Amino acid sequence: MIKEHKGMTLIVKTITRLTVGLILLYGIYIVLHGHLTPGGGFAGGVIIALSFIHLMLAFGREVALKKVSRPIAGLFESIGAVMFLAIAIFGFVGGYFFLNFFVDKGTPFNLFSSGIIPLCNIAISLKVGAGLFAIFTALVLLKVKSKGEK
Amino acid sequence: MNIVPLFVVVPLGTAFLISLLGKRTKGLPDILANSGTLLLTVLSVGAIFLVKGAGVQVYKVGGWIPPIGISMVLDGLSSFMLVTVNLTAFLITIFSISYMEKYTAKWKFYTLFMLMLGGMNGVIITGDMFNLFVFLEIAAIASYALVAFGIEKEELEASFKYMVVGELASLFILLGIALLYSFTSTLNMADMGRVLIADGPGKLVPFVSVLFLVGFGIKAAIMPFHAWLADAHPSAPAPISAMLSGLLIKVLGIYALMRIFFNVLGIAPSILNILLTLGTISMVAGGLLAIGQSDIKRMLAYSSISQIGYIVLALGIATPLALLGAIFHLFNHAIFKSLLFLNSGAIEYSTGTRDLRQMGGLNARMPLTGTTSLIGSMSISGIPPLGGFWSKLIIVFAAIKSGHTILGLIAILVSIITLGYYLKLQRYAFLGSLKDKWKGVLEVPFTMKLSMVMLALICIATGALLLPGIREVFLKMAQDALSIGQDYAAVTFESIK
Repeated sequence: MIKEHKGMTLIVKTITRLTVGLILLYGIYIVLHGHLTPGGGFAGGVIIALSFIHLMLAFGREVALKKVSRPIAGLFESIGAVMFLAIAIFGFVGGYFFLNFFVDKGTPFNLFSSGIIPLCNIAISLKVGAGLFAIFTALVLLKVKSKGEK
Repeated sequence: MNIVPLFVVVPLGTAFLISLLGKRTKGLPDILANSGTLLLTVLSVGAIFLVKGAGVQVYKVGGWIPPIGISMVLDGLSSFMLVTVNLTAFLITIFSISYMEKYTAKWKFYTLFMLMLGGMNGVIITGDMFNLFVFLEIAAIASYALVAFGIEKEELEASFKYMVVGELASLFILLGIALLYSFTSTLNMADMGRVLIADGPGKLVPFVSVLFLVGFGIKAAIMPFHAWLADAHPSAPAPISAMLSGLLIKVLGIYALMRIFFNVLGIAPSILNILLTLGTISMVAGGLLAIGQSDIKRMLAYSSISQIGYIVLALGIATPLALLGAIFHLFNHAIFKSLLFLNSGAIEYSTGTRDLRQMGGLNARMPLTGTTSLIGSMSISGIPPLGGFWSKLIIVFAAIKSGHTILGLIAILVSIITLGYYLKLQRYAFLGSLKDKWKGVLEVPFTMKLSMVMLALICIATGALLLPGIREVFLKMAQDALSIGQDYAAVTFESIK
């Protein structure tokens, strides 16, 4: 582990190794509790993306891209968008676009409640998380290329 | 199942599917995009008859009753705009099949194209003020990326300039919407109109009107706000230039302006005077600037500013006849400007140049492009019996009948200027003797020809839209939707029940 010369110092790498899992879990928590507590798909998606960006900042681009490559990020982004649209279209079952089609809405303030909203949150988090990660990698790529040209 | 939300669902769905599957499967993006736009065209023609038969349709998204939930409103004006947008977009996607082969990553092009189309359809169909802003941004952001699609130096520069100016416009619009929301406590357009009728305009509505006039004025490239257009529209690939000049400035600019000013805020005489002035200035200045251009697409871009001037002038006159003229000219301009941009794309595809001075005698090698371009040029210059003649005639009639004789004369004069620079285009590009270096030039592939011929045929046939019987279905319904003014609120709430 110490052999890796890319990225930042050992202190940063160690702290990152300890925190990155917690950040990812926290992001997932925010997404899943989006209908109960402040936050939701967008905020949670950003936090999930940040955990990977954190890896990239500490260990260098290659390590993060080994975990999530750009095609995979693109795939997740498209799946998020299609999933959100599919949830909206499933509303047609009850006659309306975006209808909350679950008959059993659950008990309020339980994790499994409020119909399609948690599903929408998951779709949004996929789209936002993968999108933000892809944008960040694109920016990093552009920077490296312009340095190489000089 | 109600067809109203499909106008947003279909383009967004195709866009996401293309981005998901298009990279790996060759040919699929073409099939998906073309079948998507074809379906939308069929649906929008269906929408016209739906409105004709059953009156204004209000769709409750998620089953929430407006003004609580978001609503989608399909009335005469929106069904007319849907036909204009989706028909033109369908013909442009046919053209793109062969044309976009020379670019890599065709699937990215189609994804952005369908996103832009989804945004435009959303702007047209929505009945909610903030939703309009969201769709407007979807269409605008997709168009920024599309202008930069070639990623050459000048394209990136044009895209950046376009983005800065476009976002400035969006900020004006957002500020206007925020102020209106604080004044009326609602975002539903019909409900907003109802509150404004009950409470009176106060001091806020004139201020918001100015914000909207600047915001949508930039989006529509009316004269003092036009500077971005002449760079952005020529830089994009030809199908996108056709989309931007033919449709985007009309949907994001003119349609939103019409809908908000006529149906929600209620149009004030002072605003009408501003529209008259700005319309006349853009008409004249756009025409004069177009004469000197030697880049074929740049000339067409300035011509767009001039023709938008006609539409804004007619809106400023605001008599029922003038509104009919504005709507008809909007449809005509979408058709012939798309045709002319596709022609310029065909020339670029075959010869590799956009410079008029280097061309000459191309009629000998590309007869079909030459003929369709001649039809488009004559239609935009107002030569009878092509479509452009009738719409300009109505606008000039309306101007003279409402006492604006001088403006009518200026409109005729600008029409002559238009004829002048389109004759220049024909003379330099297609007529005369064929230069030696173009001896080996070939006519464009079949799909591009098909698209251009269909647009040219529509150009010839649009005059028929004024015939009694056809007029009532297509143009009259859109004109009525505008003429009712603030009764829009009452009509919309009537159809919710």
